[in-house]
Amino acid sequence: MEGINHLPFIVGSYAAAFVVIAGLIGWVTLDFRAQRRALADLEMRGFARRSAPQPAAAALAKEEA
Amino acid sequence: MSLLDLANPSRFLKFADRVLPWLGGVTVVALAFGLNQAMGAPDDYQQGATVKIMFLHVPSAWLGMMAWGIMSIAALGTLVWRHPLADVAAKTAAPIGAAFTLLCLVTGSLWGRPEWGTYWVWDARLTSELVLFLLYLGVIALWRTVEDPSRAARAAAILTLVGAVDLPIIKFSVDWWNTLHQGSSVFRMGGSTIYPTILVPLLVMAVAFTLLFVTLHIAAMRNEILRRRVRTLRLMQAQAAS
Repeated sequence: MEGINHLPFIVGSYAAAFVVIAGLIGWVTLDFRAQRRALADLEMRGFARRSAPQPAAAALAKEEA
Repeated sequence: MSLLDLANPSRFLKFADRVLPWLGGVTVVALAFGLNQAMGAPDDYQQGATVKIMFLHVPSAWLGMMAWGIMSIAALGTLVWRHPLADVAAKTAAPIGAAFTLLCLVTGSLWGRPEWGTYWVWDARLTSELVLFLLYLGVIALWRTVEDPSRAARAAAILTLVGAVDLPIIKFSVDWWNTLHQGSSVFRMGGSTIYPTILVPLLVMAVAFTLLFVTLHIAAMRNEILRRRVRTLRLMQAQAAS
């Protein structure tokens, strides 16, 4: 089991992968929440796209209920 | 629903909302299965257990290149066909591709130390991969520097198409130059040189990483469409206030 001598390199690689993938998932998730909130806030103030089928504020309220 | 139908941002948002939970679930299952296969794979007769780094390193390298390939096609969509979602696809693929390229460089470095005796060497494969990472950073910086999205899209599309030259250089660097990095061993004339007990987990991990990329890319595209809507509404708000 020569590879066990190099265990820190293997563990380090998998830890790096975990950090990178978790970072990407966190970035996408937090960004989605931020955009939904910003859109909901603007719609609450009366600014909405004319073609918007369902206001983000209503969707967000439904999701949080 | 055809691909052309999805070119409409509103339809794409509906599609993303519907498909993302399923895609996320399939990705988690595929990653769990891939990791299980990778951990159960036998040690290499020369490298020992360090071969397990390959199950992360190789899929990351492929995805780093695939993301730039997608950006290049999207760049054509921006410059030639002015596809409504082309620059959204290109912009959002860049940070994901950069992350996988960085992971490829880090895992390669951690694999190189026990196998080659060094973390880094300026050989053609490693250097061209580093150039790809720097190109990613350049495109991301360009998107952040130019405020108008349509102008930023055109500038980024040109840089992307120029940078695409690096893809064949990465692929064939091990054939064109003498490199410390090994030659192609999966996709090559005459078949793979990797034994099936190691090749199968590698391909499973590659599929799992690809699913992860697709899931993240669709989610990031959805975010970008929402960001542009927020930007439009803020402009309306500013106009109403003035």
